[in-house]
Amino acid sequence: MDPMESIKQTYFVECDELLADLESGLLALESDEGDSDTINAVFRAVHSVKGGAGAFGFEALVEFAHVFESTLDAMRSGTLAVDNDNVKIMLRAADVLADLVQAAKDGSSVDPARTQTLADELSALITPQDGAPVTGDDGEPAADSWGFTPLKLDIDEPAAPSRWILTVTPTPAAYAKGHDPAILLREVARLGDVECWLDASALPDLNALDPEGSYLRWTVFIDSAVEETAIRDVFDFVGEDCPITLDREAPADQPLEDIAPPPAADFDVAALISLAQAQSGSDPAMPSDEPAAAPKAADHEESGGGREPSKQAAAGATIRVDLERVDRLIDLVGELVINQAMIAQRVVESELGRSSSVAIGLDELEQLTREIQDSVMAIRAQPVKSVFQRMPRLVREVAGMTNKSVRLVTEGEGTEVDKTVIERLSDPITHMLRNAIDHGVETPDERVAAGKPAEGVVRLSASHRSGRIVIEVADDGKGINRPRVREIAINKGVISPDANLTDDEIDNLIFAPGFSTASTVSNISGRGVGMDVVKRSIQALGGRISIASVPGRGSTFTMSLPLTLAVLDGMVVTVGDQTLVSPLTAIVETLRPKPTDIRLLGPKGAVLAVRGAHVPLIDIGVALGWRDEPIPPANGVILLVESEVGGRAALVVDQIQGQRQVVIKSLEQNFQHVDGVAAATILGDGRVALILDVDAVIAARSRDRFEPQPLAQAS
Amino acid sequence: MDEKTPEAVPSELISFRIGAQEFCLDIMLVREIRGWSQGTPLPHSPPYVRGVINLRGAVLPIIDLAARLGLGQTEPTARSVIIVVHIGRRLVGLLVDAVSEILAADPASIQPTPNIGCDTVNKFVRGIIPLEGRMISWIAINDILPEQAEADAA
Repeated sequence: MDPMESIKQTYFVECDELLADLESGLLALESDEGDSDTINAVFRAVHSVKGGAGAFGFEALVEFAHVFESTLDAMRSGTLAVDNDNVKIMLRAADVLADLVQAAKDGSSVDPARTQTLADELSALITPQDGAPVTGDDGEPAADSWGFTPLKLDIDEPAAPSRWILTVTPTPAAYAKGHDPAILLREVARLGDVECWLDASALPDLNALDPEGSYLRWTVFIDSAVEETAIRDVFDFVGEDCPITLDREAPADQPLEDIAPPPAADFDVAALISLAQAQSGSDPAMPSDEPAAAPKAADHEESGGGREPSKQAAAGATIRVDLERVDRLIDLVGELVINQAMIAQRVVESELGRSSSVAIGLDELEQLTREIQDSVMAIRAQPVKSVFQRMPRLVREVAGMTNKSVRLVTEGEGTEVDKTVIERLSDPITHMLRNAIDHGVETPDERVAAGKPAEGVVRLSASHRSGRIVIEVADDGKGINRPRVREIAINKGVISPDANLTDDEIDNLIFAPGFSTASTVSNISGRGVGMDVVKRSIQALGGRISIASVPGRGSTFTMSLPLTLAVLDGMVVTVGDQTLVSPLTAIVETLRPKPTDIRLLGPKGAVLAVRGAHVPLIDIGVALGWRDEPIPPANGVILLVESEVGGRAALVVDQIQGQRQVVIKSLEQNFQHVDGVAAATILGDGRVALILDVDAVIAARSRDRFEPQPLAQAS
Repeated sequence: MDEKTPEAVPSELISFRIGAQEFCLDIMLVREIRGWSQGTPLPHSPPYVRGVINLRGAVLPIIDLAARLGLGQTEPTARSVIIVVHIGRRLVGLLVDAVSEILAADPASIQPTPNIGCDTVNKFVRGIIPLEGRMISWIAINDILPEQAEADAA
């Protein structure tokens, strides 16, 4: 790969993290959990995005980030209030920023009007603030597209209360002891409004430069309201290594140049370099962008962003690893588990006995292997929080657009799921939430009329169930308007007018292709994506979606997805000459039926009487097409299972081999989805065993039962 | 690995036998050749899908090439082999009777597939190569998997 390209990739990966930080920071501010550190973190995130964007020449991104940064800076310095309205604008700005990053990444386009609107809104936040040092008095920081905020010399400013003038002159000893002027100056900046000038006039030519010397001096103008002791305290522990002077500013009419000479005149790195080159004949290939780098560094200094201590600390705590390497590791550990199981089997076959040293050593190996496996799996697992925390804003936006009052409640944010699944959760959840607010929750007036609180509640929750992750979006709105759904379905030819459908079937019509209940295609739900598309995309992931609705009480969308790469506790069973694994979580109980418990029903069907209830019997061999005739249930073993869709069922298998933890292997990776099969695994003998998709087997069964129904879309 | 099998004529081909006919494919698509082992049958799959086997931790589908080409089901013997090939990002095992040799491909010697009015031939045979009085069919493997998988791979 082109090295520039790979650096760019790294930048975009970082951007994703920075944008996430930005968002969580803003959300914390919004919910009043943030402090000055949060504001700093938010500022740093935007600043870092801007810095990289500048290096790659993403001008639109730089420009917007700059405006954003300036506004955040005002917030950081306390000139802009951290209130709900301001944070709200910033949340939207973060949105635009993310879009711009995406645009820079894939070359897509971003609506310039929207960007401009928000940039204007951001600027408007800080323009009325008199004398805000970052924006300058013309309030047009956006004009400078290269991220270098020019320092304004407020020479013509009317006489303000005289400010403190602080000079800081670190000695070489200060540097030798590891004192960083940037940190000191940043401390000072926290006290109040500051203007910081660097005096580099003492800086010698490069050939005369002592690398351990100290040549720089800073002059800081500090807001008059700051206490003298507070300023002195900052430098207290540096002591005489860093002499300071502190005075009140002279009357405003005294030319500032006397105190702080314009830096550009004395600090011309380009000139220094060319001079050094001319004198020493040193490497002429000195990077030509050096002059550009210097103002950048100065920018850092000025903005107080400086180096990022928290980021440096974090760098030690996490590493970035290519996903493929982790995948490879997971595969290898899976192999290790299988190999270990194979050796165990050999040891048993060799009749060495359980107390032999080999067997004991093998037990230890088994434990180690399990631990390695768990640890490796944990690498990829991530809490769904990263997806959930994007949703509050979406809910606000959609609620705003539809003039509804909605509160989002999230549960189970800590539920862990594989990274690959996390990435694909966002779209369906977004759509379900939009749908819940747009179609489910009523307007405040309607709600009050219906005797409900004006504010609707949408509950987003995640949990582990049956070896899958289950995401629920529940609203307390009006529920599905079944007569209307039915009418539309008939109008659109989805069902025939005389179809006799149960409530459940009507509810599920909203997943039928080309179905949309909104009488007008609204901006929110009608983005060309119907629930059928959502359903298909979920199915493509091996997931399922269903809806339950109570008129007047609300609807609940339930989406369940596999935890793709995870270990599964399974019941290993024999069906015909095949070995099959059934997820343990789906199994309620296993039993050997008495012949008297089996009742025939209809020409081919049979049910099992379990404690007074009658559960349909399904022969797994037949369901999977491995045999034509079911075995007599009394000769087999029954797995009583509970499914998300079809209630209980009794699965007939030949034999139970035992419980085992198995590594889930995707069938889709090299092949494709197979109905009735959730995934595959590799057993101790090295053979592939299929993992049963209990719900799909039961659902297939209920489809058969409903087949005579005149559903046009039935395949 | 590229998404598509290169259309250009490969430099080397590997030839194999199915019944009395000889076939070949681009050697660059071949990852390995291994002996036949009985796979785990997959439900609801076409007859030419002979189940899945464990290839060092990956689940590898086995396509009975004879059945796929309409030449009837293979009765695997001890000499039967599985040619593991890349199809896009997937790894797929092709069950054939025996692997014969490696051929240096001469683009000039490859003739277009004669139209014998057979869809299977049109779909899978990309050209024919006459060699020492024999005829070897150069097959395209992109469409070997059942259609659903093709759609996913696209």
